Amino acid sequence: MKGARVLVVALGLLLAWEALVRVTAVPPFILPAPLAVTMQIVSQAELLLHHGWITAVEILLGLFFGTLVGMASALLIVASRPARAWLMPLLVISQALPVFALAPLLTLWFGYGLASKVVMASLIIYFPVAAAFADGLRRTEPGLIDLARVMGASPWAILFHLRIPAALPALASGLRVAAATAPIGAVVGEWVGSSRGLGYLMLHANARLQVDLMFAALALLATFSLILYFTLDAILRRLTAWQPESDSDSATGFSLSSQKESL
Amino acid sequence: MLHGMDDRPGMTQEAPSVFLRGAAVRFDGRPVFEGLDLDLPAGRWTCLLGESGVGKSSLLRLIAGLCAPQEAEGALSCSDGLALAGRTAYMGQGDLLAPWATVLQNVLLGARLRGGRPAERAGQSRAREVLARVGLGGREGALPAQLSGGMRQRVALARTLFEDRPVVLMDEPFSALDAVTRHRLQGLAVELLHGRTVLMVTHDPLEALRLADRIDVLAGSPPRLRPVMPPAGRAPRPLDDPALVKQVEALLSVLGAPAAAA
Repeated sequence: MKGARVLVVALGLLLAWEALVRVTAVPPFILPAPLAVTMQIVSQAELLLHHGWITAVEILLGLFFGTLVGMASALLIVASRPARAWLMPLLVISQALPVFALAPLLTLWFGYGLASKVVMASLIIYFPVAAAFADGLRRTEPGLIDLARVMGASPWAILFHLRIPAALPALASGLRVAAATAPIGAVVGEWVGSSRGLGYLMLHANARLQVDLMFAALALLATFSLILYFTLDAILRRLTAWQPESDSDSATGFSLSSQKESL
Repeated sequence: MLHGMDDRPGMTQEAPSVFLRGAAVRFDGRPVFEGLDLDLPAGRWTCLLGESGVGKSSLLRLIAGLCAPQEAEGALSCSDGLALAGRTAYMGQGDLLAPWATVLQNVLLGARLRGGRPAERAGQSRAREVLARVGLGGREGALPAQLSGGMRQRVALARTLFEDRPVVLMDEPFSALDAVTRHRLQGLAVELLHGRTVLMVTHDPLEALRLADRIDVLAGSPPRLRPVMPPAGRAPRPLDDPALVKQVEALLSVLGAPAAAA
């Protein structure tokens, strides 16, 4: 049902696009028709998959490390007041500084290869993950913590058995935003300095007016992002199945719209 | 002791009397109350009755050891000379069930918090026993969201029984329930917690008169404790007991509320 609706919307958009190109007769180096893009995808499949694979690895590694560091920061923030005072400004700065401005610097530091892109993707998801998880950890029902203290639980046991499970839905929201924004970090990194990846391919296709190839690369990136997002979403839903469903729904809608805005 | 062990479900330790002397709690330097003395007789049900905001929950938290040292003082002792810490069970407002854990896991929460998964496994059969005792046998695998408010409170009661502490502290545990469910659960709690030293905080005079062996009213400014004799007869008392009905009026005036408003 839901899949059919997505398909109808996608087909409708493609048809409108094809019609627009045919009616206005824009030259293909300004706006290629979807058919031309599809043909590029087929004929250049090997090239696209080669670069797409590299970008996918960068995104997944970025998600992994960003989540790891983000969760660790959240735990520190909640565990100790001094850590909160020191880490909060860092957290905000990590999000406030545009990745585009940092990208050349990070390329300089971490090289032309994989590392600088992974760092950029990690950086872009660090804030949503850390902020959401810290929020969830802090909002654990205080009565439940009182109960645990009377039961004789150590602060570690409370953190491990109560605070972290209680924070999972909040962490899931952060991870959804992360999954939707991590590709930005990787592609921007490739754009600024690299010899491989979809960002590199787009930059070069653009420079040579191969706009159809650029669109093909974009389509691949979009497809990968969708697969990543919905796979993660399904996993997170399973892990937080105990939560009322309406909450998960609103979280999904929110992160999708925020992705569109930031793109 | 008047009652045999059979009469005290699942109890393994003799319940002591608890004495609190010179209790004071302050928030941001402003005292909530000062210089209060409270006795909880051994194996009896004491109700602490008071209006909202008078500090009765703070008093309970003080006994439970939940107040920060800088905001509370008071000397706690027990009739058997042992410390109170580690011998109390707590029921808060609402059921305080972990929503991600099953009914059985919620009952075993204390075991898991203290001893991890091995302790949780070791407690399984006893947890099933207490669940059967509150009438929830067969619902061990359900999640709290799948249960009614009354059933969730039964799980909380089972969890308290599983903890098997001689002293039980309850902070308006039934206030969120509808009248019928509340009535049923009050009866069940009296039956199952029989023989333990119980302190229940409530703002409901009827609840106190129905359940308590002893009532202390916290009222006034600054707040003072006043003992009130509950009606004769064993709890839970019937609500149409004439002595009980008569005392509701008297209690309301002690509480400082005009009877007409209630």
